Amino acid sequence: MATLIGWIVRAVVFGSVVMYGAMGEILTEKAGHLNLGTPGIMCTGGAFGFAAAYAYENAVDNPNFLVCILVAVGTAFLAGALAGLIYCFLTATLLVNQNVVGLTLTIFGVGVGKFFGTYVIPEGAVSTKAVFANKVFIAKIPGLSGLGIVGELLFSYGFMIYLAIVLAIVVHLFLSRTRVGLNLRAVGENPATADAAGINVTKYKYCAIMIGSGITGLGGVLYVLDYGNGTWATASGDAIEALAWLSVALVIFVRWNTLRAIWGSYLFGLCYWAYNYVPTLIGVNVSTELAQMLPYIVTIVILILGCTHMKQENQGPAYLGQSYFREDR
Amino acid sequence: MHKEPLIRVAKRDGMPLYQNILIRAVAIVLAMLLVVLFVHFTAGISAGTTISYMWEGVFGNSIYLRDTVFYTAKLLCIAVALAPAFKMRFWNCGAEGQVLAGGLATAVVMVYCGNLPAPLLYLVMFISALALAAIWGILPAVFKAKMGVNETLFTLMMNYVAIKLVDFFYNKWKGSASSLGKLNKGTKAGYLPDLFGSENSWLLLAVVILTIAVYFYLSKTKHGYEIAVVGESQRTAEYAGINVKTVTIRTMMISGIICGICGFMTVAGHDHSISSSTTAGGYGFTAIIVAWLAKFNTGFMVLISLFVIFLERGTSHIADKCSGFDASASKIVIGLVLFFVIGSEFFINYKINLRSKHDKEVA
Repeated sequence: MATLIGWIVRAVVFGSVVMYGAMGEILTEKAGHLNLGTPGIMCTGGAFGFAAAYAYENAVDNPNFLVCILVAVGTAFLAGALAGLIYCFLTATLLVNQNVVGLTLTIFGVGVGKFFGTYVIPEGAVSTKAVFANKVFIAKIPGLSGLGIVGELLFSYGFMIYLAIVLAIVVHLFLSRTRVGLNLRAVGENPATADAAGINVTKYKYCAIMIGSGITGLGGVLYVLDYGNGTWATASGDAIEALAWLSVALVIFVRWNTLRAIWGSYLFGLCYWAYNYVPTLIGVNVSTELAQMLPYIVTIVILILGCTHMKQENQGPAYLGQSYFREDR
Repeated sequence: MHKEPLIRVAKRDGMPLYQNILIRAVAIVLAMLLVVLFVHFTAGISAGTTISYMWEGVFGNSIYLRDTVFYTAKLLCIAVALAPAFKMRFWNCGAEGQVLAGGLATAVVMVYCGNLPAPLLYLVMFISALALAAIWGILPAVFKAKMGVNETLFTLMMNYVAIKLVDFFYNKWKGSASSLGKLNKGTKAGYLPDLFGSENSWLLLAVVILTIAVYFYLSKTKHGYEIAVVGESQRTAEYAGINVKTVTIRTMMISGIICGICGFMTVAGHDHSISSSTTAGGYGFTAIIVAWLAKFNTGFMVLISLFVIFLERGTSHIADKCSGFDASASKIVIGLVLFFVIGSEFFINYKINLRSKHDKEVA
């Protein structure tokens, strides 16, 4: 039983990192932009979020719980949003191909994260730890987390895990129930029509992409300060990059619906961590790598099924991946 | 009263070559200025030293030069592989996986059939590398052709299937050791012999042939013409009696096979080992940008590949020389420069008209 709970808890934390990336990507894709720069954005967010938290707790004698959260989360969001701004300027204003810009941003962002991340690491070492920030990020809900199995399964996570669920609901409501969300979807489905209806396409794209990228950046800081035990290592950048591609996959897996991303991401987490827990659970040896391959294969299957079995509303935005130039009409 | 916007963007019909080159040159100069500034503030060396270090790390001595040639050839090989697919407007983002698939098949044959006689071993290695890489290329193409499945995302996912598969064999072969090291250390079975005094020559020779062959394939053959028509408009292609499905699958097979050759040459001719982080080494992604920038022209690809490798190896060399300056800076430098070069496309394709005085009076 303890193994099962351990597995689920690990999967939820892992899944939440992926979920942040997926939510950011969904917002971006709803504006009609396929952002393959997600790994770069997440890595930048993680590195700077960590660096800020680390600097804060080393500069102050008695670091404050709330300030630590604000510093780490705020910096990560800002770093992500700025990385998103580069992507947005090149694709929405300069109308350059989205795939090319996205892949370049991944190269650039992972480089930025790794390069500036190493400044924090003391010379000669390969990693360093933000002890206080780690404590803040893994702090369980007092009282409730002690309620036996229920407490461990539901209340034993850091605040970022619950924030992810809240964000997923908020983003879903925003996209499906508000006028602004409807406008944003219109921009992704058909920018020319949206433009004709008086929607400021460029403004919507900038807002959606930058906010989306900021949310993706939060995934990075969650990765380092919670999932990674508050440790930034020279290899962290590559680890975040590999994980962030799962976010791009998750978007397809959940058919652009952030509510489904909640369980979808946990499922990815269960697949990813199966190798560590399944052997003791049922006595069957599972290959680490083959189990970790599963999320990608499932995504491919969903991608294929999506073209034959899914309803229209479950498809991606119609204008996804295409630049919109007003005078092309 | 309606006012003309300050900046109005219009599409250009075309541009003289010198202007095109000028815009790109300006972009590269601006980017390099930023790079020099970046290096100056992080590593604390002057602009002159930066450039001379970069030059030294790329062309400085015969060892550096050999690496430069090998990595340029490798990047170019993958970019050349992507050219047919991109000309067909098929977003093959799966080169990383296709190279790994080719490398993995090579390594598997090396390990499990190492006792075959040499010529036969090479043949089996080569054919299985091409076959597995071709499968990696064909699979997304089949689903795209028959069902319209999005190829960008499909090929991206296939990368990670390949990466995990390589990791699987890597960990299996390394056992409890800390890293895999060379395959077939004792027997050296499956290592390509030296050609013209260097084992790198195999890849170089292959790339020279492929670059020329793909150039002619795309510009001078019926297949190449079909690819161009499918890329311009699938409907037109169908009306013209071109079998779009066949062309899609055939082109991706070629794309996969060339990636497979790259994987084979890397594993059998250079690394003698395999790893998900170095066999393709991210070049599968960089090559996408190279191929796109070159606009399917394999000749331009040579120049762009060399430039990217110059930035990469040059920056790594700065990192070797200056302590505290991390090698991952090469990614920042490549990213920075590519942002500028990619961004300059805008000024090549579009014209910016500022609001003139005359318009103001009319308004």
